[in-house]
Amino acid sequence: MKLYKDITKIAMVASLATAISGPTFAADTIKVGILHSLSGTMAISETTLKDTMLMLIEDQNKKGGVLGKQLEAVVVDPASNWPLFAEKARGLIEKDNVDAIFGSWTSVSRKSVLPVIEELNSVFFYPVQYEGEESSKNVFYTGAAPNQQAIPAVDYLMNDIGVERWVLAGTDYVYPRTTNKILKAYLKAKGVADSDIMINYTPFGHSDWQTIVSDIRSFGSEGKQTAVVSTINGDANVPFYKELGNQGIDASDIPVVAFSVGEEELSGLDTAPLVGHLAAWNYFMSVDAESNYEFIDKWTAFIGDDERVTNDPMEAHYIGFNMWVKAVEKAGTTDADAVQEAIIGITTPNLSGGVSAMMPNHHITKPVLIGEIQDDGQFDIIWETSGLVAGDAWSDFLPGSKDLIADWRKPLSCGNYNVKTAKCSGQNY
Amino acid sequence: MAPFSYINKIMKSKNFLSWQRCASLFSLFFLIVGVFSPLQSFAKEENFQDLLNQLSTKDFSEKFNIVEEIVQKNNPETKFILNALLEGKIYSIKSTKKVVFTVKENKKFTTTGLVNNEPLGVFTKSEVTKVRINNKIRKKIKTSLALLDLTHPDESIRLDAVKSTYKSISKEVVNTMQLLLKTEESEVVRNSMFVVISVYNLHSDNPSERIKAIENLKGNLEPIVKVQLKKLVDNDLNEGVRLKAQKALEIIDSRIDINKTFETLFFGISFGSVLILAAIGLAITFGVMGVINMAHGELIMLGAYTTYVVQLLMPNHIGLSIFVAIPVAFLVSALVGIIIERGIIRLLHGRVLETLLATFGVSLVLQQIVRTIFSPLNRAVKTPEWMSGALEVNGILSLTYSRMYIIAFCLIVFFILVLVLKKTSLGLQVRAVSQDRNMARAMGVRSNWVDAMTFGLGSGIAGIAGVALSQLTNVGPNLGQAYIIDSFMVVVFGGVGNLWGTLISGLSLGIINKFMEPWFGAVLAKVFILVFIILFIQKRPRGLFPQKGRSAEVN
Repeated sequence: MKLYKDITKIAMVASLATAISGPTFAADTIKVGILHSLSGTMAISETTLKDTMLMLIEDQNKKGGVLGKQLEAVVVDPASNWPLFAEKARGLIEKDNVDAIFGSWTSVSRKSVLPVIEELNSVFFYPVQYEGEESSKNVFYTGAAPNQQAIPAVDYLMNDIGVERWVLAGTDYVYPRTTNKILKAYLKAKGVADSDIMINYTPFGHSDWQTIVSDIRSFGSEGKQTAVVSTINGDANVPFYKELGNQGIDASDIPVVAFSVGEEELSGLDTAPLVGHLAAWNYFMSVDAESNYEFIDKWTAFIGDDERVTNDPMEAHYIGFNMWVKAVEKAGTTDADAVQEAIIGITTPNLSGGVSAMMPNHHITKPVLIGEIQDDGQFDIIWETSGLVAGDAWSDFLPGSKDLIADWRKPLSCGNYNVKTAKCSGQNY
Repeated sequence: MAPFSYINKIMKSKNFLSWQRCASLFSLFFLIVGVFSPLQSFAKEENFQDLLNQLSTKDFSEKFNIVEEIVQKNNPETKFILNALLEGKIYSIKSTKKVVFTVKENKKFTTTGLVNNEPLGVFTKSEVTKVRINNKIRKKIKTSLALLDLTHPDESIRLDAVKSTYKSISKEVVNTMQLLLKTEESEVVRNSMFVVISVYNLHSDNPSERIKAIENLKGNLEPIVKVQLKKLVDNDLNEGVRLKAQKALEIIDSRIDINKTFETLFFGISFGSVLILAAIGLAITFGVMGVINMAHGELIMLGAYTTYVVQLLMPNHIGLSIFVAIPVAFLVSALVGIIIERGIIRLLHGRVLETLLATFGVSLVLQQIVRTIFSPLNRAVKTPEWMSGALEVNGILSLTYSRMYIIAFCLIVFFILVLVLKKTSLGLQVRAVSQDRNMARAMGVRSNWVDAMTFGLGSGIAGIAGVALSQLTNVGPNLGQAYIIDSFMVVVFGGVGNLWGTLISGLSLGIINKFMEPWFGAVLAKVFILVFIILFIQKRPRGLFPQKGRSAEVN
């Protein structure tokens, strides 16, 4: 039923597109929407991504654009205001006629954009690591799913460091809650007792960490190797790490592995007391690869600041943008349906010296790296997965989602296909 | 040749020791490791360099073994090499695979030999790779270095060295401690050495030895003691030992409880003083003038950014920069405050809602200005040496210096402010205007001028709060927003127009919050505080300490 509806919709849109697009939209540029907050609380992270996109587009134009046309960036500012994301996305597609949108940082802003993108059938690239449990026909997730970041990090701590007690500390919203749920299920499957797991949530922008750090200290002083798995978001990290340093928690006693702390977050911090704490990402600025050095040189030249750092979501945009360019060239058109079909299976070099591929579930393959914070604000890579890890849209460790798969190739074309009941749930994402 | 280079490096390295100490340190180190290296021959030097070259491996467990071997070999260079490894100054040259000491400057890597100190050339980033270490290796190096520090002239370093052995107490360590006990002069260091020996004896084969060790450790709050006693309670075969250990554990637990309560109280007071600092400027502008200034948080933010700029201007005097930043931040924020007052608030006098909206607009404008000038990224404000670290009262209770300074700072600012309001003519005029504007004007007080000065004073204090907050939290455009709600909460709860009310309410909100946090978690604790204040305001709309008298009725 649903499938039928989709197919008719696709057919209609496709015929409409071919009918109209030729004469009416024969502009000499291809428009690309950039939907990142330039003001408000998220500006701290998202402004960089806007600049990254501008750099990538400028670079592509120097190479001759796409399909013989120049690219034109349309930048809007959703101002860290979630409903505004949906409004701006609608404006980009309906008014500015963009062919693809690169944007969002927080999960809630992505969820806000989702219905609009699906209704207007566009293409959306989301560059940040997230909690998974989603696969939309129109969204391409170039950041890490939990199995590309959280699970390998826990494996590393368990096998290489011998961690037996776990503190799961996070900011109180959807990404940490879901990630911690997955991690808790995973740890219990590995035989960790309930009493060896401590879960703690704090409000956004929490700044007084005394009690929690002291709790972590006493939790970790009972003789078993303890580690903190941190999904603490954004601004709250700086006072957290400052308090860790002040209370004398050393990385060799209780290491903290963070999923939201990258080079950019560290640039607002004196990192000397943090040396040895960990972060798990798919890219670090310190990656030793020719393509990475090239990217860094381009970035510092573009931004005009030798000290500016690069980070993981920037690499995600780099991969996502190049995949989109390749898909458009392969399809010979910027039409959303054609691009969605063409992009699956496309491979493009990532910045860690390898090649990433777009999977049928709209997630990509990436290596997983673990880095240790150094006193110059960079990470030293101390561990990496032997091969690439494919992003898993639906976690295998949650009871509700372990039977679900996403495959947007025909004939399945479903974001949440239940392999047990052989049904597509019908919900769009 | 080798010893000379060693001396050179020791002089350069951070842990520069006096000559006699060096000598005694060596003899001690030989004792610990039990290896005596004879005079270095040229061949040995080559061998050692070969060993060092293996450090370029990517396999961390192999690297760990090599580091262990370097420690075992105990060459004169060992200490220098270990320190350089810790500081990330050891690189391997890609072309020759040679592992060398490297100084990085302006993207240039100047290398020198580790064994013989000869200059080996200057390289670029892609020609060398850093010898990376992980936590396990870092821990190994730190404990090895700590053993060398057991005879350091500085008492606190010796104490740290002894404490760092707590995690890996072994026969060798205990033997060393027993040897050192004879010459150690400091009581504190002797005591902690004694703890090491007693903890080791907890696992002696002789039950009476074990009981003696338990007696010695009674009431000791070091976490290692608790862990080891617990092991005895669970596993010991001797009933008497188990009972003794159980009893000792109970004593320790009750002491821990007391210490934990003290700790929570300290946390509460320090959190409270942060609240007071953030709110006290508001207590003046809101409390005394009756102006709802939504841009108050941004005035705090300006103070924090001022600290950042001051540190940029004097990068070599970070310790001093804080003291310079205090008056500068006061002036900057006061000036901006006066401009806001003269430019906007004055024109909206008596129209509360409009003032609120206008100042909210000002706060957005200030945020975006800061974003444009300093970028939306957080800025790193350095913590001076004297403010970092903690005062360790015992194994459980440690009070962080930065928090203690902020408590003291908060009280100083508070009392200066009280003095200004009570003892100066400005204070007198401020109070007069706030009590009855028309009467004050009739008496010849220039109420316009007083308004501007009052607002400037409140804003300046907000700037000073920003200096303090820059040591605790992010310095970014959103800094102000994080504190504006809390500030209003404190002022409203304490009673509008009463500085003492602000002090009491800030402290009590801080303490209540910290006592609730372990029970309900940080999120719920915050919710409960807000609910509590809403209910409280229902009962006492004017807060804890309402203004009394006729002027209060008029307001």
